[in-house]
Amino acid sequence: MQTQFQHMKKLFKLFQPVLFLIAALTSTVAHAALEIEISGGSAQQIPIAIVPFGQATANQDKIADIIAADLRRSGLFRVLETSGVSSRPTEVSQVKYAEWAVLQAQAITVGNVTVLPGNRLKVTFGLADVLKQTQLVTMEYNIAPNQLRLTAHKIADVIYQKLTGEGPIFASRIAYINKTKNRYALQVADADGVNAQTVVSSSEPIISPAWSPDGTRIAYVSFEKKKPIIFVQSLTTGQRLTLANFKGNNSAPTWSPDGSKLAIVLSHSANSQLYTINADGTGLKQVTKSSAIDTEPNWSPDGKWIYFTSDRGGNPQIYKVSAFGGEAQRVTFQGGHNLSSHFSPDGKSLVMVRKDGAKYSIAMQDLASGQTQLLSDGGQDESPSFAPNGRVILYATRTGGRGALAAVSSDGRVKQRLSESGGDIREPSWGPLLN
Amino acid sequence: MNKTILNKKLLSSLLLAMALSACKSTPMVDKPAAVEDKSPNATATAPAAPAADSGADTAGVQDSSVSGNPLTDPNNILSKRTVYFDFDKDTVREEFRPLVEAHAKYLAEHGSAKVILQGNADERGTREYNLSLGQRRSVAVKKSLNLLSAQDKQIETVSYGEEKATANCKDEACHQLNRRVDIVYEGE
Repeated sequence: MQTQFQHMKKLFKLFQPVLFLIAALTSTVAHAALEIEISGGSAQQIPIAIVPFGQATANQDKIADIIAADLRRSGLFRVLETSGVSSRPTEVSQVKYAEWAVLQAQAITVGNVTVLPGNRLKVTFGLADVLKQTQLVTMEYNIAPNQLRLTAHKIADVIYQKLTGEGPIFASRIAYINKTKNRYALQVADADGVNAQTVVSSSEPIISPAWSPDGTRIAYVSFEKKKPIIFVQSLTTGQRLTLANFKGNNSAPTWSPDGSKLAIVLSHSANSQLYTINADGTGLKQVTKSSAIDTEPNWSPDGKWIYFTSDRGGNPQIYKVSAFGGEAQRVTFQGGHNLSSHFSPDGKSLVMVRKDGAKYSIAMQDLASGQTQLLSDGGQDESPSFAPNGRVILYATRTGGRGALAAVSSDGRVKQRLSESGGDIREPSWGPLLN
Repeated sequence: MNKTILNKKLLSSLLLAMALSACKSTPMVDKPAAVEDKSPNATATAPAAPAADSGADTAGVQDSSVSGNPLTDPNNILSKRTVYFDFDKDTVREEFRPLVEAHAKYLAEHGSAKVILQGNADERGTREYNLSLGQRRSVAVKKSLNLLSAQDKQIETVSYGEEKATANCKDEACHQLNRRVDIVYEGE
């Protein structure tokens, strides 16, 4: 059985994960509808039966539905119709494997929700291999009722990890700017697009949202005082701090991997230059000193380097500099312009915006070999960021004259485009996994 | 340049403004944005304090007895506030010299007047890089103003990047209008 799944894992390395973001960006507006266009993809999918969980409370979100939606959107699973099977096991010991083998299920998930004293819930789930008739994993969660959806995403992550070998991705959130008429809203939604909430809104532009590494805070640039100023806002309390409001522009915040500092861009009375500043707004230090434009900093996961965009060589390209300053070294050599770099979580590759001719596309560069690959067809693509497991890149694109989100698997095979009718969505950023 | 001539020119434009301007000047910018914070757990935070001076429109006339404001008189070159740029360039084109000179003179004559130079870029490229491109243009205008005796402390250079650009430009004529620096006086 182990070999069976090992084999599957290898197989699925070939068909890298996709998206799951999908239902994305359904806001609180009832008429908002998301149009999804999928291209490319893999033929090989793991057939899985997800039995409805035992849930006595009628108005609870259905855990099995949330798990099924997550796995389906990943592109790696075929979620089987279970209505033809009469039994409803809620734990692995109750599973009659022959019933599920008829459906050609390779794996089955069962679970149960019970109410505990003190208004808590106990969620149990099990995953089994139908062919080998063996239990693969069981989990138990003691949660508050409002953690049900998150728990479902965590269970989907356990299944996804166990059967594909990839890291977790579903229990995470995304941030983006939603522009409606003359209002700009920084919104945060679950990675499946549900629970979109406005963190801050303004009649003036908001750009460059950046998640703190622990996902509890977001830094962003707001023009609400008629110039770009950087704020850091807590997602748990709503309190916000003016991180940088110096003369000139304050922009492009990005967090250090330990969350103690941010790299930012200040102009004072001249061109944009890189600085670092403590997360409480103290300890400003200048990192680059050039007469060129230095902007779009991006901290390497090991904390040692800040990668950034500079036109010091004539055209904008990616450079790196020690987080403590010093000589900068050029990193990108292919493509007319390269901008807006973002690290993969493992620190091995960089996604960026590449301009060739008049087109702006998303490109990925392997840092060890220097090899690059175009991941999007181009147009006005920008703002790329990696999913927590590094398997999907979320970015901004334009469709029909409006901003929309798109995602592409890190091998470029599977692409998805997400647009909210009537909405103008831009500046997406994928946040870290939720605890 | 001869300062007396400048003063005379300025005076004549002020008189002209007075003669022609029966119209009341109005604030040129919107009220500061009211910001609503709402955390996911619905604990609201206090809105950012709006700037208190947004309604005032008195910049630069404190030391003058005239009631007309040359900065907003449509017949005065000082009411012209926009300098346009070529693609990927930050050179102030010859046709905008008179405009820049007029504002430099005004600033030199009104030591308490302050301007914010708001750089802009067209929508092609990334938002943050365009913010830096717009900044480079506002710095170019600042240098021109400095050469004509406007002081550093009177000038702040900022950029809106592509945020104020006309979206979905189909041709160069449209992009051209987005590559600009807007001159905004304090209090406007």
